[in-house]
Amino acid sequence: MNELLLVVRIAGQRVALPAVRIESVVELDTLIPVPRAAEHVAGLSALRSRVLTVICCRRSLGLEPLFEQCTTLEAAVTELDGHHYALIVDGVEDVLQALSDPSPVRAAMGEGWERVSSGMVETEEGALLLVDVAALVAGPEPVRSAA
Amino acid sequence: MDDLIADFVSECRDMLENLGGEIVAWEAAPQDRARLDSIFRFVPTVKGNCGFFDFPRLETLSHAAEDALADVRAGRRQPDPRLVSAVLAVIDRIGELVEVIAAGQPLPAGDDGDLIEALKAGADAPTTPAPSPAASAAAASGTAAPRTIRLSVDLLDRMMSGVSDLVLARNELARRLRDQSADVAVDSAFERLSGIIAEMRDAITRTRMQRIESLFVGLPRMVRDLSAELGRQVLVDIDGGDVELDREMIEMIRDPLTHIVRNAVDHGIESPAERLKTGKREIGLLSVSARQSGNQILIDIVDDGRGIDGKRLVDKAITAGILDKADAARLSPKEQLQLIFEAGLSTAREVTSISGRGVGMDVVRSNVERIGGVVEVESKPGQGTRMTLRVPLTLTIIPALTVSIGSQHFAIPRAAIEEIVRARGEAVELSRVGGAGIVTIRGRRVPEIVLAQVLGLPSQLEDSDRTLIVLKPAGGDVYALAVDKVHDHEELVVKPAAPAVMATGLYAGTTLADDGSPILLFDPAGLARVGGVRVENQERSVRLLEEGQGPVQQEATPVLLFRDMEGGRRAIRLGVVDRIEEVPASAIGLGAGRLRVQLGEQILALAGLPDIPASTAKVRLFRLSDGETQLGLAFREVIDLDAIAEDIIPAELPGLIEGVTLVGGEPAELIDAHWLFAEHAGPRVQAAQPPVCRLDLADPWSRNMLRPIVEAAGYRVVALDSDERADLMIAGAGASHSAGPPSGDGRVLWLSASPDAPANENHIYRYDRAGLLVALRDAASAGGSR
Repeated sequence: MNELLLVVRIAGQRVALPAVRIESVVELDTLIPVPRAAEHVAGLSALRSRVLTVICCRRSLGLEPLFEQCTTLEAAVTELDGHHYALIVDGVEDVLQALSDPSPVRAAMGEGWERVSSGMVETEEGALLLVDVAALVAGPEPVRSAA
Repeated sequence: MDDLIADFVSECRDMLENLGGEIVAWEAAPQDRARLDSIFRFVPTVKGNCGFFDFPRLETLSHAAEDALADVRAGRRQPDPRLVSAVLAVIDRIGELVEVIAAGQPLPAGDDGDLIEALKAGADAPTTPAPSPAASAAAASGTAAPRTIRLSVDLLDRMMSGVSDLVLARNELARRLRDQSADVAVDSAFERLSGIIAEMRDAITRTRMQRIESLFVGLPRMVRDLSAELGRQVLVDIDGGDVELDREMIEMIRDPLTHIVRNAVDHGIESPAERLKTGKREIGLLSVSARQSGNQILIDIVDDGRGIDGKRLVDKAITAGILDKADAARLSPKEQLQLIFEAGLSTAREVTSISGRGVGMDVVRSNVERIGGVVEVESKPGQGTRMTLRVPLTLTIIPALTVSIGSQHFAIPRAAIEEIVRARGEAVELSRVGGAGIVTIRGRRVPEIVLAQVLGLPSQLEDSDRTLIVLKPAGGDVYALAVDKVHDHEELVVKPAAPAVMATGLYAGTTLADDGSPILLFDPAGLARVGGVRVENQERSVRLLEEGQGPVQQEATPVLLFRDMEGGRRAIRLGVVDRIEEVPASAIGLGAGRLRVQLGEQILALAGLPDIPASTAKVRLFRLSDGETQLGLAFREVIDLDAIAEDIIPAELPGLIEGVTLVGGEPAELIDAHWLFAEHAGPRVQAAQPPVCRLDLADPWSRNMLRPIVEAAGYRVVALDSDERADLMIAGAGASHSAGPPSGDGRVLWLSASPDAPANENHIYRYDRAGLLVALRDAASAGGSR
């Protein structure tokens, strides 16, 4: 309850990320690709002397990225297990307060969405899908353990 | 209260760790008062604290131990192995209880009567003078505690990562300052800041360092217990405990080290009876030492036990299906030893409770390699084994080389780099075998990985424009990595990469370059794996390939470049050179029309010498061999080992010189080895019939001393009264030879019993072995060519 939500657009849809998990919203200027990494790993970037692993949310959902995403690169920065990630989103819209606890979505969603969903939350602007940040980072396949 | 207990627990743990070594050392030298005192100090500390915290069990135990030790101190009792064992048992029990307290659980009710009884019983029993099963020389250094405070590791790690960030932030600031035309005052202030940060980084790095002693203190105790259990006698010698190592690193090598030491005691060192039988001292020696070498720490574990039986390893590997028979026969002894690192091999005839726990050397190796280290093994059957752990000093700051593909930069840990060569360099040749790249660098064939291909990155460069980095990953074998460009050596602050990045298996971590952009650091072993090079077996297969007579490329023929006696620059194919010898000029002489040299027992034809050198000079010569015959080729000096890279311009006439070619960028005459052998070793080939020598076989000296030499020189020996025609007759100068040689015989050689007798070609002192051999050779070639 009363959790703050960051409303972003991913693949054209308005979804909510738990604001406590997001450190900042940045615009990435450099993107160094990581050859042979999983598809949804867009590359590496640097933010205040820290290395960010950049995750393409569209690819993480199993969708094709928009062409212009290669140029704008608006991203939400989050920390997971000591590593910093930047989640590339279509755009950041707003910060809202959650008016309810997440409840299960009963309608059938796309496979990708199903995987990252934490449920529906009510807000002043209607119901939004709450997205699990860790699931976004993990991507379509479970991460193989480093050999 | 909780804080107090935590302090008590950590104090006890520290003391317990130190005590293990102390007690064992005390057992070896029971009269050592200082040792006894330090043990004695521990017990009352525990006792006092126990009373305060109300741990009655601990109190009773420490009280009993204190009483026994007090008796020893007062001289009322002699320390003996039983007492030491009893005290150790009490200390162990205390350790267990302390762990229970640390876990925050209530102390289990229990009875320690048995231990207390054991302490007492020793007092009455007569002390049996048993040899001490183990002793520690290391503990002799004593442990004086420097002034210290306790810090949590988390705090240190936070400081370390803060400083790392500081370094990176400084780098970024430096870049910004460079971009803008900065004021001199700002620059100098920045320089100062920069210096302070560097100093601080060093200091913080050191706070993470710990003396490796903390790893070593437990060893004497462990070896003592093990050897008692196994009926061995082992003396532990520990050295280099003051070497410092990153704390994390110490934890990472604890298990591998323990395992190797256990192996050494269990499988290496034999039982006392067995040792005596093989002429060794009853007590086995196990020495563990650490030293720093550059940014690596080397830990040697050496035992003087039975060593590792390479043949048995090979048999096991064949049985286990790791190796097939044909390959096994070609393994060098060193490669045989490497087999102990293969999964599923253990040389112990039976699995013991000590080291046969399913944890093999393969696990040891992979654990050490995970931290960028290497395990090396050397062993001589019957003499012992040396295991060397080679680990980096710290995990966080790595010297690296930056390279690029297209516009993207990557870093390679410098420790893995053997050399860097240009693909179009003289001694380098690129070739393709079934689509796989092979690079031949100065005759050594290594697999090639084209980085752009592995990474799937576009690269504009031709194969031959790339630079090859020869890498030897920790524990793996050599390969060459083709990159577009090599940039700079840098000290990089490496951070672990996200799991999604590590999952590629290619990278060891990430770092930031001076310009603030992220750089990926490669894991050389991972690159080899992903690039398809079979790292484990590669060195072996390269050798197999060489022995299997792969296509010999003339361009890569290794040659020895030398100056002949007249100063000419000449080259000879390395393959025909057996070795280099140095002989006094007196060993060289004319015989049967050509120069010959005596080398030990043999007399060889000698080429390359214009005339007999002055008797004081020394002559160096190549000993050439065609597999059957040998001959000598004199030279002045060796210039270099090189390879023929260019075409050979043949000589007009057949002769000593086959032709002229460029070696190392300058012309050199290439020796025609075939002509040499045809010319100089010819006569011997023609002597189809062995020469015959007539000896007085009735004379014991001739029969026992002379005959073997003559036969070794290729003669068939016949008796004096034989009707056969002999090429040579050897007669004793003192013996009766009135009969004279039968007509038709060749030369007659007279041997005199006195060194002072006049010597000439046919009269030789009978122990002038060299002269005798020359005469034998001459007579043989004279006889054969007739």
